[in-house]
Amino acid sequence: MSAMQKIRGADIALEAAAAWLLALIWILPLAYAVWAAIHPSEYSAHFAPDAPLTVANFVKAWNAAPFARYFLNTFILVTMILVVQLVLCTLAAYAFARFSFAGRDIAFILVLLQLMIMPDVLIVENYRTMTALGLVDTIPAIGLPYMASAFGIFLLRQTFKTVPHELDEAARIEGAGPLQVLLKVYVPLAKPVYIAYGLVSVSYHWNNFLWPLIVTNSVGTRPLTVGLQIFASSDQGIDWSVITAATLITSAPLLVAFLLFQRQFVQSFMHAGIR
Amino acid sequence: MRDATMKWLAALIGAVMMVLTPAAATSAAANDIELSFYYPIAVGGPIPKIIDGYVADFEKENPGIKIKAIYAGTYQDTLTKALTAFKSGEPPDIAILLSTDMFTLIDEDAIAPFDDLLKTDADKAWAKSFFPAFMENSQTGGKTWGIPFQRSTIVMFWNKDAFKEAGLDPDKAPDTWDELVADGGKLTKRDASGNVSQWGVEIPSTGFPYWLFQGLTTANNVRLMNEAGTATYFDKPGVVEALQYWVDLSRKYQIQPQGTIEWGTTPKDFFERKTAIMWTSTGNLTNVRNNAKFPFGVAMLPAHQGRGSPTGGGNFYLFKKMTDAERAAAFKFVIWMTSPERAADWGIATGYVAVRPDAWDTPTMKKYVADFPAAAVARDQLKYAVAELSTHDNQRVTKVLNDGLQAALTGTKTPQQAMQDAQQEATRLLKPYQ
Amino acid sequence: MHGVEPIAGAPAALPPQARFTGVTPARLAVHVYGWLLLLPAAVLLITFTHYPAIATLVDSFYSTPRGRRAAVFVGLDNYQAMLADPVFWRALQNNIIYAASVIPLTVVLALAMAVLINGNIKGRALLRLSFFTPTVLPMIAVANVWLFFYSPGYGLFDQLFGLFGTTTHNWLGDRHTALACLIAVAVWKDAGFFMIFYLAALQQISPQLAEAAAIEGASRWYVFRRITFPLLMPTTLFVLVNAIINSFRLVDHIVVMTEGGPDNTTALLLFYIYEVGFKFWDTAYAATLTVVLLVLLAFLALGQFLLFDRKIHYQ
Repeated sequence: MSAMQKIRGADIALEAAAAWLLALIWILPLAYAVWAAIHPSEYSAHFAPDAPLTVANFVKAWNAAPFARYFLNTFILVTMILVVQLVLCTLAAYAFARFSFAGRDIAFILVLLQLMIMPDVLIVENYRTMTALGLVDTIPAIGLPYMASAFGIFLLRQTFKTVPHELDEAARIEGAGPLQVLLKVYVPLAKPVYIAYGLVSVSYHWNNFLWPLIVTNSVGTRPLTVGLQIFASSDQGIDWSVITAATLITSAPLLVAFLLFQRQFVQSFMHAGIR
Repeated sequence: MRDATMKWLAALIGAVMMVLTPAAATSAAANDIELSFYYPIAVGGPIPKIIDGYVADFEKENPGIKIKAIYAGTYQDTLTKALTAFKSGEPPDIAILLSTDMFTLIDEDAIAPFDDLLKTDADKAWAKSFFPAFMENSQTGGKTWGIPFQRSTIVMFWNKDAFKEAGLDPDKAPDTWDELVADGGKLTKRDASGNVSQWGVEIPSTGFPYWLFQGLTTANNVRLMNEAGTATYFDKPGVVEALQYWVDLSRKYQIQPQGTIEWGTTPKDFFERKTAIMWTSTGNLTNVRNNAKFPFGVAMLPAHQGRGSPTGGGNFYLFKKMTDAERAAAFKFVIWMTSPERAADWGIATGYVAVRPDAWDTPTMKKYVADFPAAAVARDQLKYAVAELSTHDNQRVTKVLNDGLQAALTGTKTPQQAMQDAQQEATRLLKPYQ
Repeated sequence: MHGVEPIAGAPAALPPQARFTGVTPARLAVHVYGWLLLLPAAVLLITFTHYPAIATLVDSFYSTPRGRRAAVFVGLDNYQAMLADPVFWRALQNNIIYAASVIPLTVVLALAMAVLINGNIKGRALLRLSFFTPTVLPMIAVANVWLFFYSPGYGLFDQLFGLFGTTTHNWLGDRHTALACLIAVAVWKDAGFFMIFYLAALQQISPQLAEAAAIEGASRWYVFRRITFPLLMPTTLFVLVNAIINSFRLVDHIVVMTEGGPDNTTALLLFYIYEVGFKFWDTAYAATLTVVLLVLLAFLALGQFLLFDRKIHYQ
């Protein structure tokens, strides 16, 4: 090898080493969680290679809180939010992209405001609104502030704007009304964006904590994050083995989904052309 | 394809409706009295099972009354949940909340005193049958607002093996501030590079450091507030002295870790032998019994000018906006739950201090204490117990004190300065209530 | 977020007049349709974004209603109290330091990760998995794990550093290190998420550009600095917007790990708002604090927009 090649070689090797070191550091918390969860609690702070394996922590964690119910609540919550978001944002984006109605530009700026003034910041007022509407401690209450998503509207509007007018015209000539044009022409073409958006929305709302904490009071409405925190905050002290087991239980679906659909995850972001 | 979608959609809507419509958990008859009962613990684990058992027993003995137990998390969470439920128009009926939440609940106009329910002489006698120390945080303005249920004091746990190793008598815990310093010095294991593998003592300072602090101020014979909850005494010399002692444990005598010590991990530190002595709630008794793999002892807090500990834990509160029939039913429940037998049973199962003297005279309790004398330490300390810090706008005032304590423990302010600032702020906060 | 790729083979857009024009009823139909389509989203947005924002401002001029006492107009009293509140200043300062640390660290790391993975490296899928995993885990869950890492004595970090002979450290209980610890957690959580966006963008960049530059004798660093990075500007803007939002929005780890302590050294604005509004029940003061947060966010949004609008390249 020439000197130049040797230097390049060393360079690349160094980069690889850096990348792997970083990756190791990054995966450490998850690795620890797995370690603590599968070993008895005496080993949660001692990393003896000969420590016995156990599933007792998972059993204890599962029985210690109604995780099944929390799972159901979370599943219903994220599904509800996503479905409503897709519908509302599609309609709104279509309006912004293809209808030059009076006040459109001002309305669009007002929509974009939500990108900075997110519901997470308006917890005090939104809580009051929920109280007034009688919706405190219901699952819709968790989702309502998020269902009209400025991010979704923006993304879809961008996408719809790139649909060629010919397709639009062609469908209209065949006698389709505006809604049918939307469903037959625009929505199918925006599929990658829908997928990308869906992934972001689901993982955001699966992991959301503060607003659900405030607005739910009971087991029947609590999502996983709140359930996990209530479970973990004991006045009696922390048992890492059980908490990490519970953590793994609550993170498992998303983690497994990501493991299985990694490529699709990344692909969809790329196809959506987000740059 | 469309059929499948429609079916899936229908199933989803069905599931949603199932979740949204309130579930009729128990088959309550039309004229049953239903009471909601907020209890401060996370769902699951041994304690909710015990509570569920009590509720079931009560319902059996009192047909026509149904109690719905709602487990809302820590004391803090439960107060938040109870108040949010109250403010959003679905008030709880009965709740177990911190005894110190009394003024907050009164100010929010959320609770009603027990006095109008104490009609017969038997009732009045019942109200007087609790340990006076526990009643201090339960009464104000001549009225009784809370009834003790799960109360505690701070106790000191010590690792007997560690004492033996350090050449100390394993059966004798330090009983004065000076002894604590001396013993701590022998117990702290430090290697050549200054790394400490075992500390002498840990007094936790996160979460609610003011409570642990009261373990020191009471031993110094000073009070932190007045009975009406309208004034605080944070900058009294005795209080500052107590804080100085706490800070000195880390900085001067170096037998305690510097900085704030996390409440949640202190028991684990004790089990891991990272500390030889720990101060914590007697409520941790069962936890320590189950997890400490070494012989341990339980002692009263060391004395100085005086002796004692703050009380802690939760009282029963009855909320407003109940009908007379509901109130009577709720009162029945409170009396039932605090009967001597039940108080004894509860104390044994959890490690809380059984709240009435006659509970300690029941046969089950006597046998338990004979087997496990450590359980009686907290009770014996009640003689010297004082009220926990409680004032109007309690959350804010205690936060002010907590911040000051943490400032002193982390070295940001001197104890004098920290307490002066805290007192100033607390006085400002309490002005509207004077 | 400009520059969504047009569908391949699309002809140029038709002039505006070609869209839905015609006789007056049709023009009216456009307006009506437009607003009808927008209506559901608009109702929700107004109810949960615009109205609360205004209501927060209004509430900040009233006192907190408590039990028997209704809210009264107090003008600027809440603001005066806020300016005199040392905890507020602490929280504001903390949030600024926190944001100023988390944002650059996260963006730089995300970019570095993306570049590393994009290159010729073995086991990319594994690396990508490792970097992205923190994103799918709830912060609440991982915060407990980090709490263990930071535990003095037997915690992971102290054990690791102990191998090198350092003394134990009270990471979360020491006012000098507590905030830094939380910053580390936040960076760890978000870097992988932003990495994906950079990866997607990097893969859009034609490799011929880099090859051409290499032939001309440009170093890899030069190529990166002058070609790659400017082309990544739109992604950087997008990532920055998200990073800024997250640094004010995400307080879950504070709730688990420090509760704002020791002595408010890890209190962030939103956490303080939560404490004031839902622990002290001082809703008027919480509204006042929220106004400050909103103003801060608006200011940052404006700043970004002005700063970056000039710098974005499009292909």
